[in-house]
Amino acid sequence: MIRFSTSVKFACLSAALLLGACTHKQEAVTTAPPPVAVAPPPAPAPAPVTSSIIPGSAEDLRVNVGDTVRFALDEYNVEESDKALLGRQAAWLQRYPAVRVSIEGHADERGTREYNLALGARRANAVKEYLVSQGVSTGRVETVSYGKERPVCTSSDEGCWSQNRRGVTIVSGGANS
Amino acid sequence: MKKFLMVLAGLVALASTPALAQLRVDVTQGNAQPLPIAIPDFVGDHHAGANIAGVVRADLERSGLFRPLDQKGFAERITNINAVPNFGSWRSITAQGLVTGQVTQQPDGRLRVDFRLWDVYGESQMLGLQFFTTPENWRRIAHMVSDAVYERITGEKGYFDTRIVFISETGPALKRVKRLAIMDEDGANPIFLTNGSYMVLTPRFNPTAQMIAYMSYIATKPRVYLFDIETGKQEVLGNFPNMTFSPRFSPDGNKVALTLETGGNSDVYVMDLRSRAVQRLTSDPGIDTAPSFSPDGRQIAFESDRGGSQQVYLMNADGSGQRRITFGQGNNGTPVWSPRGDLLAFTKQQGSQFTIGVMRTDGSGERLISSGGRDEGPTWAPNGRVLMYSRGLSGGGGSQIWSVDVTGRNQRRVLTPGSASDPAWSPLIH
Repeated sequence: MIRFSTSVKFACLSAALLLGACTHKQEAVTTAPPPVAVAPPPAPAPAPVTSSIIPGSAEDLRVNVGDTVRFALDEYNVEESDKALLGRQAAWLQRYPAVRVSIEGHADERGTREYNLALGARRANAVKEYLVSQGVSTGRVETVSYGKERPVCTSSDEGCWSQNRRGVTIVSGGANS
Repeated sequence: MKKFLMVLAGLVALASTPALAQLRVDVTQGNAQPLPIAIPDFVGDHHAGANIAGVVRADLERSGLFRPLDQKGFAERITNINAVPNFGSWRSITAQGLVTGQVTQQPDGRLRVDFRLWDVYGESQMLGLQFFTTPENWRRIAHMVSDAVYERITGEKGYFDTRIVFISETGPALKRVKRLAIMDEDGANPIFLTNGSYMVLTPRFNPTAQMIAYMSYIATKPRVYLFDIETGKQEVLGNFPNMTFSPRFSPDGNKVALTLETGGNSDVYVMDLRSRAVQRLTSDPGIDTAPSFSPDGRQIAFESDRGGSQQVYLMNADGSGQRRITFGQGNNGTPVWSPRGDLLAFTKQQGSQFTIGVMRTDGSGERLISSGGRDEGPTWAPNGRVLMYSRGLSGGGGSQIWSVDVTGRNQRRVLTPGSASDPAWSPLIH
């Protein structure tokens, strides 16, 4: 059970609802670090190559904030090294409160199809919970798992596997364009 | 499929001499020595007769248990299937079995197919049957002839008049288009059931082969859907708040076991298709998925990583009595109960190696039966003698469907239109 001692909370489990949504999530939020403390200063003056990016757009999140975090093999806890990036995502989401996002959870090829769908869901949910812990309203964050079905590379080595074990924050609505 | 008209009747045996040495193949030995069998083109309608005999030869050869002989070497030309063949001439080319047949057009447009199976050494007729069908159904008649020959000689039900539902994979490796597709067991008549604008995964047949449960990304969240093959209708299964996946029908077809993800955690549920009542079967913080009912419907095999790694578990159909049955090295998942009830097929993962295995239903007697290195997701032929599975190719090369005898012999590729994965074998259709 080593895996379950990691940072992801299973706030829903104690609820054991048959099919309902997780009603204990708000409670979990209260124990999380205070929001916005990690919010960085606004993005620096845009360089010429990014000058066409509209602030608050999907491209703004992808290019100027960063959309992808990585996971260790068969793990789903947010890595320490990715917390700054997710903090920037949370701050950006608070700056653009109409934006809604979908977190895509992905796995590398080393798992069966169905297991990896479940693992991708764990990863997407871990990212969501981190954003929520940083003050993003839970209703603005959806999750979707693609398992191992949407790789970004296909070679069978750790360099590629590590790229595929990822959570990607995609703007799903409310962005400037 | 229900419109398929067919009459099945035994013919009068011509040779009354009792068989001295009964022609028989022991399927439990795999295909150590495939049985030499002669199957000349059926007489009568030459075109249909050649087509049907060709499919029968291909079916029996593919099983690994038979070796259809080259027609060029046949010493006797069959012209009248009602005459007793010259057994000596068939013995001279080493044939042990002989299948003769005749195809005739009926006044109402239907085809009539008669065939006989002869024991060449016993000098007796083992089987004589007659089928009627519409001309476009000739392949099914051929598969039914194959099934009858297979059953008469092996003592086991055949599996040739069956279909495979699978995921067709086309396009570049990083933008794969995954469509629901169906084909005959031999790869003929492939039909795409979805258009590729959304991804579908993990299709499974119901026990009448009329309905497919599968996972689709057609809406904002991936869900389990039902597809009615006859009407083409698709419907989302249930009203679940999150991702549902990994569906599988109960043996009576009245329930679907599936996995529901909630807050990142996946558990197994079962839905009654008539009342739509849902019952939760697992409530563990581990990943619980890939349920598969036992043939008697009383137990469910599934996989869970609750013990720290992905392993196979059993539970009673009401969720009670959950217990782990695999303890060896590596991960073990995707358990699938044999239709005979005696074995579980599964996927073993060791590092990046994936292999299909079978084991007894208490987890003992594990045997690995595939050698592709990236083999996963087994499905059983309805007679429990043969399995199909997905074989991944390295470097984004797509995937293929392969079959293997439960003994581990006779691994071979199943022809599909392009890349394909996730096969699910239908029950016998006739």
